[in-house]
Amino acid sequence: MKTPFLRTVLSIVQKDLRGELRSRELVGSMGLFALLSILVFSFALELDRVAREEAISGVLWVTVIYASTIGLNRSMAMEREHGNLDGMLMAPIDRTAIFFGKLVGNLVFTLVVGFILLPVMTALYNKSLLDPIVISLLGLGTLGFATVGTLLATMTVQTRARESLLPIVMLPITLPMMLAAVRATTATLSGTPDDGSISWPAILVVLDVIYLVASFLLFEYVVEE
Amino acid sequence: MSAVQNLPLQTAEVSGSETHIRTRILQGLTVITVVLVAIGVYLALGYAPTEAAQGEVQRLFYLHLAAFAGAFIAFSATVVGGVIYLRTRAVKWDTLALAGVEVGLVLALINLITGMVWARPIWNTWWTWDPRLTSEAIMILTYAAYLMLRNGIENPEQRRRFASVYGILAMTTVLATLLITRIRPDTIHPVVIGPSPQNAEGGFEMTQRISTTIGINSAIWSIFVPITLIWWRIRLENMAERVRALKAQVIER
Repeated sequence: MKTPFLRTVLSIVQKDLRGELRSRELVGSMGLFALLSILVFSFALELDRVAREEAISGVLWVTVIYASTIGLNRSMAMEREHGNLDGMLMAPIDRTAIFFGKLVGNLVFTLVVGFILLPVMTALYNKSLLDPIVISLLGLGTLGFATVGTLLATMTVQTRARESLLPIVMLPITLPMMLAAVRATTATLSGTPDDGSISWPAILVVLDVIYLVASFLLFEYVVEE
Repeated sequence: MSAVQNLPLQTAEVSGSETHIRTRILQGLTVITVVLVAIGVYLALGYAPTEAAQGEVQRLFYLHLAAFAGAFIAFSATVVGGVIYLRTRAVKWDTLALAGVEVGLVLALINLITGMVWARPIWNTWWTWDPRLTSEAIMILTYAAYLMLRNGIENPEQRRRFASVYGILAMTTVLATLLITRIRPDTIHPVVIGPSPQNAEGGFEMTQRISTTIGINSAIWSIFVPITLIWWRIRLENMAERVRALKAQVIER
């Protein structure tokens, strides 16, 4: 007798959220890293007003993707350290439910960090990012990173190199997503959302669907023991 | 030593004559491939006319495109090997996937380097952050990451499983490299088949001889070169596997 799919997903999400509310370990380290990152960028690039407006969406997305690798590593490492993963694999539940449970958790944490970043960057870089389109782009892009990231982090925490391997395997795969996300954000911020024949938000949606389907099909192969 | 020689070589006993025939076929294929590649080089250097605007350096292009075609086939072999491995769990399919990655990497590097040598006089720079150059570099790094992922896993069964998954995902970067000149309007990379973007630099008119040379070279490099190299690589992997098995047997004694 299997536990229903949706209930499994919800209980895994609930477990992750409750653990996070008690420890604040993930959002704490991701958030601190993200704040440091935007400060480092502003020094490293010596941004004047014009350069800042051009670089801002790049800074936003680079920060989000690096912060998400930190969160993904911790989130999957905790599953392993406490023997949670083995427990979930032995339980009479769908393997893909584990994937979606972890995905929702990782997505929520990364989004929280992203939403903290938007007002902070708005203040520091003097350019309003609190725009409904930018917020929905952040959601679409984060979904893609979290999807591929959850799949890949499940693999890399089981390897010898562990933490160091995730960025190496994740960054190149998610590059098309990164490109579309930066382009779409830049177009929105500069007030010219339609720069020619292609719609970047549409590409984001297509990539999200591709990543979701691929990860959905491949996840059961990375957790069988 | 004598103990080693008396070992029952189970792995070697897969009918000696059959492996012998396979080796012969492979040797024959290799000779054919070498001859064909030589013919392709002759066509590129001798048969095709010198391109009016770019001069002799344009002849590199025949190798450039052909090497990418070969890399595409090799990386596709990785996807096929990965999918069938995950379904059947037969080790040979994973060996095919690994061979595909290594051969594809070499061909992609040939593609990248010929492109850089060509770009030096035509674009006046070895490297530019053109979308397609960037995505090609990312593609190469993805497959380098594939090899690192394999190295990082000790359990062979787990290594094959994870590598298959990653090999399938990595194909997205190959497709991105193929498609990027169509979706990024700011590329200066010429599109060979179909209309180039407006600001493409270094496209050229196709004459009969040029398109014949492109076609024949691409066919040779996308069929014979990857198949021959992948076959050799699989043979090498099988031999290495046998050496490992023999070593384990010797240690056990």
